[in-house]
Amino acid sequence: MRWPAFRQLTGSDRHGLGAAAKSRRTRELTPRTATADSVIKSVCPYCAVGCGQNVYVQDGRVTQIKGDPDSPVSRGRLCPKGSASLQLTTGDARQYQVLYRRPGGRSWEHLDLDTAMDMIADRVIASRREGWQWEHQGKRTRRTMGFASLGGATLDNEENYLMKKLFTALGAIQIENQARI
Amino acid sequence: MAEAHPVGFQWVMEAKARGATLIHVDPRFSRTSAMADLHVPIRAGSDIAFLGGLVRYVLENERYFREYVLNYTNAPVILTEEFADTEDLNGVFSGLDRERRAYDFKTWRYQGEEGWADGADGIGPEELLQVRQAARGEVHGSGGAAAHPVPDTDPTLQHPRCVFQVLKRHFARYTPEMVAQVTGVPEHVFRQVAELITQNSGPDKTTAFVYSVGWTQHTVGVQYIRTAAILQSLLGNMGRPGGGIMALRGHASIQGSTDIPTLFDLLPGYLPMPHVHSNDDLDTYVAAEKTDKGFKANTREYLVSLLKAWWGEAATADSDFCYDYLPRLTGSHGTYDTVLEQINGNCRGYFLFGQNPAVGSANARMQRLGMANLDWLVVRDMVLIESATFWQNGPEIETGELRTEDIRTEVFFLPAAAHTEKNGSFTNTQRMLQWHHQAVEPAGDARSDLWFTYHLGSRIQAKLAASSDEMDEPVQQLTWDYPVAGPLDEPDAEAVLTEINGRDRRGRPLSSYTQLKSDGSTTCGCWIYCGARAGGVNQTARRKPGREQSWVAPEWGWAWPANRRILYNRASADPDGRPWSDRKALVWWDADKGKWTGHDVPDFIADRPPSYRPPDDARGVDAISGIDPFVMQSDGKAWLFAPAGLVDGPLPAHYEPQESPLSNPLYAQQHNPVRQILEHPEDRFEPSGSQPGSEVFPYVTTTYRLTEHHTAGGMSRFLPYLAELQPAMFCEVSPELAAERGLEHMGWATIVTARAAIEARVMVTRRMTPLSLDGRRIHQIGLPWHWGPNGYTTGDAANELAHMSLDPNVHIQEVKAMTCDIRPGRRPRGPELRDLVRQYQQRAGITGQTGTEL
Amino acid sequence: MSTAADVTAAGLDPAALAGYEGHPPRMGFFTDTSVCIGCKACEVACKEWNSVPEDGLQLTGMSYDNSVSLNASTWRHVAFIEQIGHGPPDATADGAHSVDGAVDAAQPDAPRWLMASDVCKHCTEAACLDVCPTGALIRTEFGTVVVQDDICNGCGYCVPACPFGVIGRRESDGGAHKCTLCYDRLGDGLTPACAKACPTESIQFGPVDELRERAQQRVSELHENGTDSARLYLQDPGDGIGGGGAFFLLLDEPEVYGLPPDPVVTTRDLPRMWRHVATAAGGLAATAVAACLGWRGSQR
Repeated sequence: MRWPAFRQLTGSDRHGLGAAAKSRRTRELTPRTATADSVIKSVCPYCAVGCGQNVYVQDGRVTQIKGDPDSPVSRGRLCPKGSASLQLTTGDARQYQVLYRRPGGRSWEHLDLDTAMDMIADRVIASRREGWQWEHQGKRTRRTMGFASLGGATLDNEENYLMKKLFTALGAIQIENQARI
Repeated sequence: MAEAHPVGFQWVMEAKARGATLIHVDPRFSRTSAMADLHVPIRAGSDIAFLGGLVRYVLENERYFREYVLNYTNAPVILTEEFADTEDLNGVFSGLDRERRAYDFKTWRYQGEEGWADGADGIGPEELLQVRQAARGEVHGSGGAAAHPVPDTDPTLQHPRCVFQVLKRHFARYTPEMVAQVTGVPEHVFRQVAELITQNSGPDKTTAFVYSVGWTQHTVGVQYIRTAAILQSLLGNMGRPGGGIMALRGHASIQGSTDIPTLFDLLPGYLPMPHVHSNDDLDTYVAAEKTDKGFKANTREYLVSLLKAWWGEAATADSDFCYDYLPRLTGSHGTYDTVLEQINGNCRGYFLFGQNPAVGSANARMQRLGMANLDWLVVRDMVLIESATFWQNGPEIETGELRTEDIRTEVFFLPAAAHTEKNGSFTNTQRMLQWHHQAVEPAGDARSDLWFTYHLGSRIQAKLAASSDEMDEPVQQLTWDYPVAGPLDEPDAEAVLTEINGRDRRGRPLSSYTQLKSDGSTTCGCWIYCGARAGGVNQTARRKPGREQSWVAPEWGWAWPANRRILYNRASADPDGRPWSDRKALVWWDADKGKWTGHDVPDFIADRPPSYRPPDDARGVDAISGIDPFVMQSDGKAWLFAPAGLVDGPLPAHYEPQESPLSNPLYAQQHNPVRQILEHPEDRFEPSGSQPGSEVFPYVTTTYRLTEHHTAGGMSRFLPYLAELQPAMFCEVSPELAAERGLEHMGWATIVTARAAIEARVMVTRRMTPLSLDGRRIHQIGLPWHWGPNGYTTGDAANELAHMSLDPNVHIQEVKAMTCDIRPGRRPRGPELRDLVRQYQQRAGITGQTGTEL
Repeated sequence: MSTAADVTAAGLDPAALAGYEGHPPRMGFFTDTSVCIGCKACEVACKEWNSVPEDGLQLTGMSYDNSVSLNASTWRHVAFIEQIGHGPPDATADGAHSVDGAVDAAQPDAPRWLMASDVCKHCTEAACLDVCPTGALIRTEFGTVVVQDDICNGCGYCVPACPFGVIGRRESDGGAHKCTLCYDRLGDGLTPACAKACPTESIQFGPVDELRERAQQRVSELHENGTDSARLYLQDPGDGIGGGGAFFLLLDEPEVYGLPPDPVVTTRDLPRMWRHVATAAGGLAATAVAACLGWRGSQR
């Protein structure tokens, strides 16, 4: 017999304030972290303190991000921004589609990723060539002034490395980062 | 620190609980001040005067750590007779070329090293200027420029031209009275700070300094930190536990973005980008950039290994290791220079990777004008930031200056993956690399920047494969064969880290940069990161719980170089190799075992005894003596005086900000004479001090972050949970200023500079303290800079107000101290907004020359 | 009513009173506001874990407090109180008058910016629980008070019953909501989200008995260091709510933080039997009775 009043009358919770009044849902409540398929070790993407994060994944979705108590940097704690990491990574504001605005266009258009990548590659090649300088005041420069890049400082080291490598090989020098700002 | 790095601040709270005293010097009373034992309100832009006063206090009262100073700093080194100080030259140093606004460093050198190369010898003044502009100072951030290994010294510190005496004379005028006059900090408060700091320094105690962009974002920003370095070296607080000068950096991998730089002037590991005037080929590059002594002497090993990593088989001794494939600098090519290039039409394409200059860069309007003049723009971000939509809803559309249909820029917005959706490493503010593992695949078109860059590079390589044009060779020969995996063909981030770490001739991972060779037998993408995959193990992914380790926690992540957690920690032991005190023991010399040992990885040659003195002909690492803790410096010592490396002076001097209500009380020289000014009609400067028109912009303003938001807002303003905590742009003013200008609490105010006018809600608070200095009342206005037109909470961007007068060493903007006017009410809409700014310019008599004087 | 067995040296044992035999120790919060840095990590961590919706974009001008108060969609609330330069503006004439005594925090004119994270008190004698006609509000085995979303019909009687104004009804779903002390996490041996995130351990979680000792120790420590203004709030089982399961160390009078100085359970004098009858019988009539009680309670 699960009826709360029955439990109340027959059990020790005579006032019906506790055990007897618990709904089935309440009795079966478990934290979503307990049912996660995996816990992935990560690092907070906001400031440079580098707090440890545990990322909980269930059915291919991130269900919770919390501080990693093992971290000697942060000891499991997170600030309001770090605590908002779940909303940062899964919130409504995120974009998941390539958007394209043509010259003079008044609105966004959709473009498939492959086409966008190809168009961008063509534009890099063209601007690079257009802005190419073999020399400056008689000195060999072997560079292009045709395009520039500004990277945020939430890029991984590996990402920064590939950018610096690729753009330098292309001869671009105006390769900059938030670290300047 | 509590405000912008709350979790890091737990350690300060813990120190406080153990009895540490916390002093907070800041123009406003912040959440950090609330926790401090002493809050010292200071005039924004006057920290060199404050710190200089502390240096003088330490010198005059003999409070320096004499044994440390004698052995570990360049205090005894004698300078040449040619050197002239600000005391002699009315506020500038010898070597100033007034016409070209650049210093020649020759007269700053140590006696006995005259004629020593600094990478800029034998070139004309024009070329010298171009080299100086290329941020050579920053290049030497981890190295220190050339200096003779064995200069003349006076161990008694009495020689009138020894660094110690020069320092004493230089700072003599930074008296407590002068400090009060410049900074607004009353004498008794200054003395209290000085006593607390000196009492808490010595063999048994250390004092630590923590700074952030409050020190860097000035036209003389690097010298702020230099002043702290002088102070901390005099007090013996460097290389020791609980000491140091900690740069609290504000982005997850901003340290990594400097180490492996997406910065114009650097190659990975702080190797300078080649410059046309000093770096023709590999030999001239090495000759100009290496030091004679210390670990920078191995510059050739580092660069050749990098070139091998990039151009593989093509990089041979015969091809000069493809050195010629590197593009050359001709001056400053920083992000603000780039904006001018965009407006001038030379720079046609632009990539933005998780960066929002339409809100986050100084003079944000100029940034948008630059973007509106491009052929193409690629924005990679998680949300639709202002830099992606400037053509649609930017402020210039509202004022009618730009029309959407007239903007020819083709814009590609590519959604980016979150940190949970990719593998990779961040380098935190303490130089520690930490690997984050992928948890899920990114959805839709979202991709990592690793994916984007790799696949873009592959496409470009394919498109240029058949080219016979010489300019395409570096692309064709580039090693670009990273394994891909998974449903999205994601490149293997660990393979990239392996390349960064470096390999030996047989492809095995290296474990230390000391293994690097100059003959092409090793590869290494970033020499200071060599060891991050030592033994083939991803050291950055190590996660042995902190509670199971010593307090140093060496088995969590990996710190460069060589997993050292405190740099220059040889200085934590006395000249004989014993800890200065038991309390402050970190590393020490174990005579029985004949090696350095301790809690941290010793930052020294492991088996070099303290008694070692190099023979005169020793070079490179062999030339480091047993008492040279600062192993990256060319003389192994902490530099009280910087003989090279800084483009704006060997010693810090207080100069007023580009825009200041005061005439410099310390020197006749008002501004940093070699500050970098980017001139443009849309970037006008205001008159300062006693100049006519300065009364039009009577207030000081400074920008800052709030705990609840992040940088230009892309990662916070779009999140309801953060937006609701600080839901609107506001300005902070004192009740006195509110009364003076008729501002109402929670009403609107318009803040005006020579660049722009923005509106903000008014927060009247006593946390803003008006300052009294030299009989004048100085009001300061606080501006958080997180807002822009997009997102869940919107507002005007503080960076609209800022200008592009920059620090000459690192090309950083001065947003921490400007002048402005403030008035009640909202700003005008439409064309009237620009009219208002023009009226202000006219009232103040502003022309293209204003504020550009030397 | 309570029996001798329900009363321990530390006051009433609410879990035992609610029928939990051999229950775990009573768990709660001790919020030490003297180390709160006002970062609001607690507010966000709470919302992320409990999926509490955003609660309005209102710049209030109450210092850095834009959450205003606890309610259905704000279960942790950080209050900010600026106590700087109490005199007229020109009292700051020397630009740093307030600094003088700053090293001695006890000095009366030392500038202070008080910050305090407020939360449901999980009262030993909880009026919300007493007036709830549906059994949606229950006492858990940890001695905490939670709303069962699947039971709550949104009648709102609990709202005025709370002497602290903690609980509220949410417009979007009509239900009453408040802090659950992360009941789901407690069941799995985890720390509530707010306490786990708190960077400075201002929010401490643990068995209430231990926390009370710790709080006593902390307040003595502060008194020894000269912070005479430190005081505990709601830690006393003898107070008007039988002591809080969540209690606080404050640096000023409770009113300064917007807290009632001497809260009393609004249903103190009502026979508990009424609630008993209402719940057991169910139905409209009984609900009406409870409604009367609820409102009467709120008027006390």
